Amino acid sequence: MTAALELVDVGKTYPGTPPVASLRGVTFTVRSGELVAVAGPSGSGKTTLLNLAAGLDRPSTGSVRITGRPVEKLRDRALSGVRAHLLGVVFQQFVLLERLSATENVAAGLLYRGVPATKRRQAALVALERVGLAHRAGFPAAHLSGGERQRVAIARALVGRPAVVLADEPTGNLDSASGDGVVALLHELNADGVTIVVITHDARIAAAMHRQVELKDGLVVRDTGGAA
Amino acid sequence: MKSRLRVADLLPVSTVGLRSRPGRTALSILGVAIGIAAMVAVLGVTRSSQSDVLTQIDRVGTNLLTVANGKTLRGAEAELPSTAGLAVSRTPGVSSSAATATLPVRVYRSDRIPPGRTGGLSVRVADPGLLDTLDATLVHGRFLDRALAAHPVAVLGHYTATVLGIRDVADRPQIYLGDRWFTVAGVLAPVELAPELDAAALIGAPVAAALFGYQGHPTRIFVRAETERTDEVAGLLGRAANPAHPEEVAVSRPSEALTARLAVTGGTTVLLLGLGAVALLVGGIGIANVLVISVLERRGEIGLRRALGATRGHVGAQFLAESLLLGAGGGAVGVLLGALITYAVAASRGWPTLVPAGAAGAGLAAAVLIGGCAGLYPALRAARLSPTEALRTA
Repeated sequence: MTAALELVDVGKTYPGTPPVASLRGVTFTVRSGELVAVAGPSGSGKTTLLNLAAGLDRPSTGSVRITGRPVEKLRDRALSGVRAHLLGVVFQQFVLLERLSATENVAAGLLYRGVPATKRRQAALVALERVGLAHRAGFPAAHLSGGERQRVAIARALVGRPAVVLADEPTGNLDSASGDGVVALLHELNADGVTIVVITHDARIAAAMHRQVELKDGLVVRDTGGAA
Repeated sequence: MKSRLRVADLLPVSTVGLRSRPGRTALSILGVAIGIAAMVAVLGVTRSSQSDVLTQIDRVGTNLLTVANGKTLRGAEAELPSTAGLAVSRTPGVSSSAATATLPVRVYRSDRIPPGRTGGLSVRVADPGLLDTLDATLVHGRFLDRALAAHPVAVLGHYTATVLGIRDVADRPQIYLGDRWFTVAGVLAPVELAPELDAAALIGAPVAAALFGYQGHPTRIFVRAETERTDEVAGLLGRAANPAHPEEVAVSRPSEALTARLAVTGGTTVLLLGLGAVALLVGGIGIANVLVISVLERRGEIGLRRALGATRGHVGAQFLAESLLLGAGGGAVGVLLGALITYAVAASRGWPTLVPAGAAGAGLAAAVLIGGCAGLYPALRAARLSPTEALRTA
């Protein structure tokens, strides 16, 4: 199994008085095909970890490697390329382009790879089919229910077959039925070989994943599958 | 493994924001459109009016001069000497000339018409050379020549023929002119240079002298000068026409008044263009303002795009393209609006409609340029927005 995402002694300190150390030496590896929950109470450093793993920010110390590529050594252009090709992110608030249809929203996942529009569309329809939303393909995002919106966001994250899909509180804005549906979907996708990291404060959601990495005060306090 | 946005995708990407807020988009476009419309309309209206004046000058010809009886020093109507016509025609630089004189007699359709109901028509003596000097043309028949000038024969101005009901001269119609019957030999086309001839009946000098006691004092002499000597000739005509009292002669150049009109419009145009430019600038600032707000409102979208792999450059390009589109849209609407205004003004004044292609092109270019400048700052702000910050505060 190859490493999809590696964190090696990662520290992140935000400037201020006093400076805030959000992560203080976090080390763990997510292998290809894993379904991992990164759990912890608020303030434990989950969001910082997500930003670093999503290539949206760089660590202060240590190394974040996405399929072996060290994020901290990449310039903006190269890092954008890593985000476009290797990563898929699902946000708690979904973040859809409301005016655009479900298909167009999903197709946007391939926009910054330079994929031609027709191919983006085909791939988007396949991805929507996979999350069970083929019947909503032409609907504007604004007309979809919360659960459907989150499925569209998931389809957008996985449309480009990224090395890792990062999901930030994917059930946080959903009722429990929709939330359960999303968890089931994540399991299905993982069974198909998609590597998924779910970041959550919800112990129940975390427990539903195959492996749990628990954060507290910027440190890993428990890792159920750390053997690498 | 590069982040790449296809050029073909930039357009749809940059219109997402515009399409989602159509009202705001329309107002931004309107701001620029007003400025461009003002500038295009100013240039178009000016050019249309100038083209009208130029056409008039063309018709008049810059080498046409008129010599008329002026005023004496005491303010009374002066009289040109009977030698004036001949003297003027012999002045160096004069290529042709023709004298006309108003006669104190009236013309009627027949002897049954009560005296006084003249319809505003006058009777004038005309030299045979008048037609050539004025470049005038006939719609029917022939003009006066040396032979006809001695007989009771008249040529009618265009308006005169209408009033007297003369439609054709083939059957030699007669008119009642100063208690005599005259035969109509021809009808003139309207004469732009001397509209007074349109409402006149023209007869020869010999017949006027024989029947109505015409003494040979012309009231107006039309002169064609050699083009390059026109100024010089204008200076000589007063003395030639009336050697004893050259100050009593009024020499004028019909094209001069028209040239002066061109110069006057030039000055106003600059002022109005300046006002248009100010409107355009305000429109540009409006775009910048709207886009800065848009960047703040769309932090979520910016964060999302960065997360999907957009570089800073891609995000900046998206907002810059949006601004350029607003500018181009404003420019297109403005040029159209300006052309419409020009058309309306020109139509109401009876001018030919002329929107200079240069003005339309420059207007469009100026609008795009303004759009580009207005978009720089918002685009920079959008590009500099940290993606984590953008997503956190969305």
